[in-house]
Amino acid sequence: MTARAEILSRIRSAIADAPAPEPVPRDYHREPASGPGDVELFAHTVDDYRAQVHRADETTVVEIVTGLIAEGKRAVVPPDLPQSWRPRGDVVVDRAPAELSTLELDAIDVVVTGCTLGIAATGTIVLDGGAGQGRRALTLVPDHHICIVRTDQIVDTVPQAFQTLDPTAPLTFISGPSATSDIELNRVEGVHGPRTLDVVIVR
Amino acid sequence: MTTFLGSPTFHPGTGNIRGTESFPDAARKALTDTQLRANLGAATTTIRNKRIAAVAEVDDWEELRRAGSALKADVMARLPELLVQFEENVTARGGTVHWARDADEANRIITDLVRATGSDEVVKVKSMATQETGLNEHLEENGIAAIETDLAELIVQLGEDKPSHILVPAIHRNRAEIREIFLNAMPGVDKDITDDPRALAMAARAHLRRKFLSAKVAISGANFGVAETGTLAVVESEGNGRMCLTLPDTLITLMGIEKLVPTFTDLEVFMQLLPRSSTAERMNPYTSMWTGVHPGDGPQNFHVVLLDNGRTNVLADETGRSALHCIRCSACLNVCPVYERAGGHAYGSVYPGPIGAILSPQLTGTTGHDDPNASLPYASTLCGACFDACPVRIDIPSILVHLRAEQVDSERHGLPGGQDLAMKAAGFVMGSEKRFAAAETAAKVGRVLGGRSGRITSLPYPASKWTASRDLPAPPKETFRQWWARTHEDTTR
Repeated sequence: MTARAEILSRIRSAIADAPAPEPVPRDYHREPASGPGDVELFAHTVDDYRAQVHRADETTVVEIVTGLIAEGKRAVVPPDLPQSWRPRGDVVVDRAPAELSTLELDAIDVVVTGCTLGIAATGTIVLDGGAGQGRRALTLVPDHHICIVRTDQIVDTVPQAFQTLDPTAPLTFISGPSATSDIELNRVEGVHGPRTLDVVIVR
Repeated sequence: MTTFLGSPTFHPGTGNIRGTESFPDAARKALTDTQLRANLGAATTTIRNKRIAAVAEVDDWEELRRAGSALKADVMARLPELLVQFEENVTARGGTVHWARDADEANRIITDLVRATGSDEVVKVKSMATQETGLNEHLEENGIAAIETDLAELIVQLGEDKPSHILVPAIHRNRAEIREIFLNAMPGVDKDITDDPRALAMAARAHLRRKFLSAKVAISGANFGVAETGTLAVVESEGNGRMCLTLPDTLITLMGIEKLVPTFTDLEVFMQLLPRSSTAERMNPYTSMWTGVHPGDGPQNFHVVLLDNGRTNVLADETGRSALHCIRCSACLNVCPVYERAGGHAYGSVYPGPIGAILSPQLTGTTGHDDPNASLPYASTLCGACFDACPVRIDIPSILVHLRAEQVDSERHGLPGGQDLAMKAAGFVMGSEKRFAAAETAAKVGRVLGGRSGRITSLPYPASKWTASRDLPAPPKETFRQWWARTHEDTTR
């Protein structure tokens, strides 16, 4: 018997006498989003994780993003990042078919991307590889991630996020910069992912 | 078990989920280690308080717990169809699914997959499943170096130590000990490094950076697998998970068959319950989800190995099967008065604490009184704190009692033991008022033994078998019936 057949048969005999399960109670908060989420709460929960929060409107994004990139540092952006968000200075575009290798990415200091949504309750931004976000390595290898979130992308709750996300896309949930609590449960920001996370909220 | 101690005693089919000595023996040794107790006490106190605050923020916490519990029960009841659905969806999106009956089979499958890539080094995301199967040792024996990339796992690996906690495997080590381990075992570490946690974390970053950027193969576990879509999820903090799940060409994921959820949106429940219960955060810093292969983004070869290794044993026990609902948050460890004092190693298994006390013996089955895992259901005061803390409402105390009863029943054969005789004698005495009154009078002798402390700490054999593990309170001055007679002189019966 194959392992597959054997395991499935073991399970079937193990649960043969099990009663039919009760329906799953869904009385937790799962109201659909009724408009843009709570921007102030989002800013607060993101800030709580020691990511820096910045405010901008469409006309000031470039200024603010450019200002966050230290003198002499190189940035990388996905090819479809909106022009109005693209920082000035030394900027590389990660364009197919000549995407940067991992080692090339490692030599780059900053990455600027958008996101697919933000969750106010938890201070989370979600990337799905869609418009303006690029592939996953882009937001992982450079040490500094500047992520631009439009206020209309913010939802209030975790269930609201799951109701809109595409499960077949590569998803990355980011809540603050990389952190560890492995030494005496002291939180240390910045281990293997980007050690600095700037979130720019655009009205 | 002995994971990293040089001479592994391998248990075919079970892996690192059975220790070599009983819990009371192992715990007695652990209790004498004052450094361990200090480290654990400090860590569990911190996380206990943080978790309470994180949970208090959520006003639908009990509703989420009930939903989580019901979802898991639903998964167990429909496991065959959900596994087949999961397999179809992973395959349809370019992944390959393998099935492993036990630890040996899982290790063999993974070793062959690594060999096929031509690589002799793999980077690993922290995974309870691979700890359970002893994968690292197996790879090592086959000439493949497995590099743990989670900071705590790295501390354990470099220290040639064993993990002692589900979430923070090096919780038993303090900063000074970690500094020593790094100085001894981490190549290229700065000799003047301080014991500041930040400095130590940065040393780990520098050490692992090169490995991440060059690794061709990664091995991970999975927190959740979604039947409806074939999606896998890894929940982490440091970014080592993202590195392993994104940069190598080949990704191999070992997942217990119980890790499924039916639909993608069901994750909305667990992604709220897990972070607040485990690290007491609103959300963990990073969660990665992937579905098969994403062309042009991340690993282009993806395998998932579905592991039984005793899970179907657990499933067969009507009362005990909800141990499989566990989402490995470790909240039960952090609130357990026994874990806090005895430490994780005393449980012998990679699953310590209250959940380990019910999961390990069910996964391995027990072979009789002398099986170390047979002692685990007794590693509890039955205080119930674990049930209160469990985000999916696993009734750990009831399962502990159930497993104790099974253990006692399984030994009910041949000559009656000391406990049986004692109970029979008690039954005889209590069966008659006269005999009971006489016994009460006789019990007064015990007051002398109790001395001024009122505790009897050692009795002669065979009663010494009782007092070896616990004190006996001395009998009171007056029995209840004497008290009643004195205070209720007027009442008639």
